[in-house]
Amino acid sequence: MDKPEKFIIDGIRLDGRKPDELRPMKIEVGVLNRADGSCYLEFGKNKVLAAVYGPREVHPRHNQKPTTAVVRFRYNMASFSVEERKRPGPDRRSIEVSKVSREAVEPMIFTEYFPKSAIDIFVEVLQADAGTRTAGINAASIALADASIPMRGLVSSCAVGKVDGELVLDLMKDEDNYGEADMPVAMTPDGEITLLQMDGNLTREELKKALEMATEGCKQIYKLQREALIGRYKKELEEHKEDVELVETITESEETSIESTTTVNIDESGGLDDE
Amino acid sequence: MSEEVMNGLKKDYLYSLILKNQRADGRDFEESRDIVIKTNIIEKAEGSASVKLGDTYLVAGIKIQPGTPFPDTPNKGVIITNLELIPMASPNFEAGPPGENAVELARVVDRGIRESHSIDLKGLCIVPGENVWLIFIDIHVIDDGGNLMDAACLAAIAALLDVTVPAKKYGIGEDFKLPIRDIPIAVTAVEIDGSIVIDPSIDEGRIAGAKLTVTSNIDGSISAMQKSGVGLFTPEQINYVADVAVRRSEELREKFLEL
Repeated sequence: MDKPEKFIIDGIRLDGRKPDELRPMKIEVGVLNRADGSCYLEFGKNKVLAAVYGPREVHPRHNQKPTTAVVRFRYNMASFSVEERKRPGPDRRSIEVSKVSREAVEPMIFTEYFPKSAIDIFVEVLQADAGTRTAGINAASIALADASIPMRGLVSSCAVGKVDGELVLDLMKDEDNYGEADMPVAMTPDGEITLLQMDGNLTREELKKALEMATEGCKQIYKLQREALIGRYKKELEEHKEDVELVETITESEETSIESTTTVNIDESGGLDDE
Repeated sequence: MSEEVMNGLKKDYLYSLILKNQRADGRDFEESRDIVIKTNIIEKAEGSASVKLGDTYLVAGIKIQPGTPFPDTPNKGVIITNLELIPMASPNFEAGPPGENAVELARVVDRGIRESHSIDLKGLCIVPGENVWLIFIDIHVIDDGGNLMDAACLAAIAALLDVTVPAKKYGIGEDFKLPIRDIPIAVTAVEIDGSIVIDPSIDEGRIAGAKLTVTSNIDGSISAMQKSGVGLFTPEQINYVADVAVRRSEELREKFLEL
């Protein structure tokens, strides 16, 4: 596709979205038989699979850590996932994406619970349409929960970009190709940032606004991730009625605690000590 | 194992200093180490520079030759950035193909230069679709004293400012200075126990939770950012680092005007 003259006409983007609107997301939990946890996720035209194995033994042995688990993350794009066939195997881009994705989810894992063991995360991009690393992180975080890995919370991820000099949420391929900036972000439910990359051109005011937009986007994604996980396990829990009631009470109290932390954050804006 | 123990002890020491608003080498939180930049140090390279940032020492060399452009940018020159963490620089580096740290460093350096449009790539086209100038930026880390990212970005841009394109050698007109339109400068900060410190030393880098690099341009805009490390930042901390980085880059840019 050639560069369109305008990306935003009357406040509507090329694919019909508003500037602060995410692409539709579809989530399926527990889709693989062999993996300990898994997730299939569609984010717009992106189609990704995530699988989690572990905690398990570390091979090679010398990679193990005496006090914590090693977290390994492999992001891989299928050769048919893009317009021009991609040469199979890791390239420099996927090495970097794997590294930052691991660092996006690892802060949420209680690695100290599993010394000398490995937690392996695999993300396979079946179809790519800008934002594959964010889709991969969203799926990986659900797969980790599905694998019953103890976590501080889920990580949610989306990108903010700039087209026609305007900030927009969640770039799709054409916006990414010709856009002026792209900034993928991943966040904890409390709005702390575990992944941040940017290339392009942003002023400091735009950076500030972009972080706010990303926070809103990640909040919406967090809701979808949570619903997907609850949906997956509700059926099993229905067989144990009392447990379901327990889950609901926990869910409710969790909701209020999330709301309260958000308020605290707003109140303390500008402060660096985020309690 | 012994390294783990040492790290634990150092961590306690540095944490206790941070609590007292101090750093092991006596710097302020927003203060970076001394920088010495030398250019034109390798005659065989079309451009070169060495950077000493505290204990960190690295050398960047630029080679330029004509070659085929990428199919999607037929009328643009090509930048290829590579960074080597050679085993002499640190006991933690091993020989072999670049690992994830080397790849990340090279890609963030590349992004800063590319996205600031520092090099006019269209001006490096010889015959559209057939022949363009290829710019190879190679950075060798010689001594790892921490904060390789900032040192590598400085070395790359210093070496680029030194480049003469060897057109005569290839029978393509007269030699010319590579036109540089912007001086992107990277500034890295780490989070240690809730405090943010700029230009981490090797020990500070090792114990830090998260690390953030912000590359900014002459006009004060930001052309690249990268968070790395297992840790978290609040949006406030990110905005704060961006402010400090832009301010600090202005000071550093003046160094280049002296070169």
